[in-house]
Amino acid sequence: MQILQLVISGVSQGCIYGLIALGFVLIYKATETVSFAQGELMMLGAFGGLASMTFMGFPYWLAVISAIAAMALFGVLLERIVIRPILGQPAFSIVMLTIGIGYVARGLITMIPGIGTETHTLPVPYKDMIWKFGGDANGIGSLVLNAEQLVIIAATAGLCALLFAAFKYSKVGVAMQASSQNQLAAYYMGIPVKRLNGLVWGLAAAVAAVAGLLLAPITFVHANMGFIGLKAFPAAVVGGFGSLPGAIVGGLIIGLVESLSGFYLPDGFKDTAAYIVVLVMLMVKPNGLFGEKLRKKV
Amino acid sequence: MRFIFRTDYGQDVKLAKHGGHVFWYSALMVLLVAAPWLFAEYWLAQLTFILIYGIVGLGLMLLAGFTGLFSIGHAAFLGVGAYTQAVFTNMGVPFPIALALAGTLSAAVGVVVGLPALRVKGIYLGIATLSFGFIVEEVLARWESVTGGNSGIQVKHPNLFGWKVDSGEGFYFICLVIAVISTLAILNLLRSPTGRAFVAIRDSEISAQSMGIHLARYKTLSFALSAALAGIGGALYAHKLRFISPDQFNILQSIDLLLMVVIGGLGSVHGAFLGAIFLISMPQLINLSKGYLPDTIGQAPGLQSVVYGGVLIAFVLFEPLGMYGRWLKVRTWFQLFPFYRKGLFKRQKSFQKSDRLK
Repeated sequence: MQILQLVISGVSQGCIYGLIALGFVLIYKATETVSFAQGELMMLGAFGGLASMTFMGFPYWLAVISAIAAMALFGVLLERIVIRPILGQPAFSIVMLTIGIGYVARGLITMIPGIGTETHTLPVPYKDMIWKFGGDANGIGSLVLNAEQLVIIAATAGLCALLFAAFKYSKVGVAMQASSQNQLAAYYMGIPVKRLNGLVWGLAAAVAAVAGLLLAPITFVHANMGFIGLKAFPAAVVGGFGSLPGAIVGGLIIGLVESLSGFYLPDGFKDTAAYIVVLVMLMVKPNGLFGEKLRKKV
Repeated sequence: MRFIFRTDYGQDVKLAKHGGHVFWYSALMVLLVAAPWLFAEYWLAQLTFILIYGIVGLGLMLLAGFTGLFSIGHAAFLGVGAYTQAVFTNMGVPFPIALALAGTLSAAVGVVVGLPALRVKGIYLGIATLSFGFIVEEVLARWESVTGGNSGIQVKHPNLFGWKVDSGEGFYFICLVIAVISTLAILNLLRSPTGRAFVAIRDSEISAQSMGIHLARYKTLSFALSAALAGIGGALYAHKLRFISPDQFNILQSIDLLLMVVIGGLGSVHGAFLGAIFLISMPQLINLSKGYLPDTIGQAPGLQSVVYGGVLIAFVLFEPLGMYGRWLKVRTWFQLFPFYRKGLFKRQKSFQKSDRLK
């Protein structure tokens, strides 16, 4: 039972990593840049949910939808205003740019008087729903299922199915795939690559918002919750940086390793397990589990 | 403007291109040597920090600006250097020997990190160094018998073969000497075949390789040198602060270092020191401006990070060559005076060239 418990908490944590990593991978595939602001976008999404729930008094579903929509719009605007002017510059400048965006986002949230520096709970309807299975009379050795964790797993699975269908069957999705394979060729075939890049940033921001809203009931909403984004890098690398299913699988692996090492290994391994896994992965198989192998031909 | 006619090959690699360089850098040196008598204690301490960060910045500049490998875990080397220095100094080892040990140990660690750099590129390397930074931070926090764990460790005053340096001025001169030596070392390295190999690797790995540059050797060397400078900077940092703990060498510190070289100007030795000046003086400027801002903005805790992020975004968008690039433009304007053309430094716009095939 113990191990099942650890696996479930690892999987739910891994889903969060996977969702953030999905944002990295979406942006990397489409625009070949890496966004270090993904964790901060997640934080903004959680704050958006908090704002619409507690200050505007929206019901849960409306609040979730409005927070995701607002973040999608924010992502599109971000691409249009900040990222697009340096399109075609070395990847390093865009990395620095997104680090700057992260700094500004974190700072601006902390600057909101009375709210930014506090820790908040997101009032979700499924709070405190717990099921127990098995175990003896005192509850020792029983399997405890948290609604929060189950919702994370279910929502991630749903979102993945949705994204899969969108990329496979919708026109926009197919166009995104085309431009991710070769921007210039896609442009010549009449695909509006720049507009698609904006959409991809919007999509990544929306996915980050979903991750934020799912994570909020577990870790609370605060300005520094975006640092969890740094653990999603290992997830993206383990899965293969250019692969969408890889991001989720990588996230699950990182989550599981973290949860199991936290229990079975000495103190300190829990926080570094993800990074040790990624270093081993880079040495053994730098392209990740699902990464495509590309080779330059002359 | 000044016309320099090149009449022999040696002129290309001269340290000082003309008399103006000699004059202005000598003036700067005189000013720096006279600084303890010109500035108050507090400002001298700030100047010492600028020198220390400048040394670390030189190392990161060599790696990121000249070899094109960027490290998001550079604070780890700083930490290794600082802890080595602290441990050895507290054991009574003289300052120069401890400093050499700090540099050597950091360089050794740098080689270990450089090894994955041989296989991975671009963002993968960034993530490898990031992971390494986290692991070092955790090791520093957990290896309590040596590092004192999260409660940190006290550092004694430097002991220069019997002369105990416990004044701010004395330590300032030590930092100045080391900064000057490392700047000269980097300048000399950059005009040597090794330095040109680094730049060739930055510009194109494939063409560098086809010119006969051993990629693995030079990349590892770049990591080792960069880490050694960071370690020396870290050692000085430990002495200056007199107290170090693992959370001083975390990811935020690494990003600050990266921010420093980008804002200073990637690919220029001046940029390392300009960036250090920015990094040290920015908190002061923000503090000064607090009085003039409305309280809701001035007293907010996030102000500093908004300013840092805003400045970083502005530099990447409008001035990718950093502060040194801005200076180059001003100088070029004066040199060409009536003939400065508007788009002289304009970047080419294009679709992103694929990084995946590099």
